[in-house]
Amino acid sequence: MPVKVMIPTPLRPYASKQSSVAFEARTVREALGSLTVQFSELRKHLYTDEGKLRSFVNVYVNDDDIRYLQHEDTQIKDGDTISIIPSIAGG
Amino acid sequence: MALKLNDKLASGIRAHGEAAYPHECCGALLGCHTGADRETRALLPLLNRRTDSPQNRFSVSAADVRAAEQAAAAQGLDLIGWYHSHPDHPAQPSDYDREHAWPWYSYVIVSVHSGHGAELTAWRLAEDRSAFEHEPLESAASISKR
Repeated sequence: MPVKVMIPTPLRPYASKQSSVAFEARTVREALGSLTVQFSELRKHLYTDEGKLRSFVNVYVNDDDIRYLQHEDTQIKDGDTISIIPSIAGG
Repeated sequence: MALKLNDKLASGIRAHGEAAYPHECCGALLGCHTGADRETRALLPLLNRRTDSPQNRFSVSAADVRAAEQAAAAQGLDLIGWYHSHPDHPAQPSDYDREHAWPWYSYVIVSVHSGHGAELTAWRLAEDRSAFEHEPLESAASISKR
């Protein structure tokens, strides 16, 4: 059983308008990698030019923020849900 | 592509900016889609989470974003965008605004001069993230003429 990646509303236009996509993956990095390979236009909104997750992109595995786990190396198992949650900033 | 915002809601954004002055205010725009346009139906004022430099920065936490989505859904609306104030600065997006912006959302900026709400503008991030594109604002008066 694959893991499900939830796509936030502002990114759905770049993911064929889907609210979620399922992938076979062992880590968050693999799941997000598969996501951005399938939907390449998502990459610039999720990652900086240096390949780091943007500061306002929050990734949760089930209810846990990966910043408090092993970041993108966080292990995932079948049936887990990865959620991409925006935070908003400006000045 | 325009953002409809009636006079009462525009006044609400200005009032929030005035109340927060000299700090930046922020909040969510709840509304719906009407063809290619969007119509704002309600505001959700939020707490500026940037306690280190609230006079020139604002932040909405992921938890607040989730709460805003839930508030919109509870009213049968969508979370269509965000507003914030620029105390003593023009209602033009800064580089910092652009660098931290999401696509798709509407971003409303209100200028607050010496504590008084003034110009109000709306923007959307360009597809390639290179710039903010001006989004025409339609007031209640212009909407009613259609």
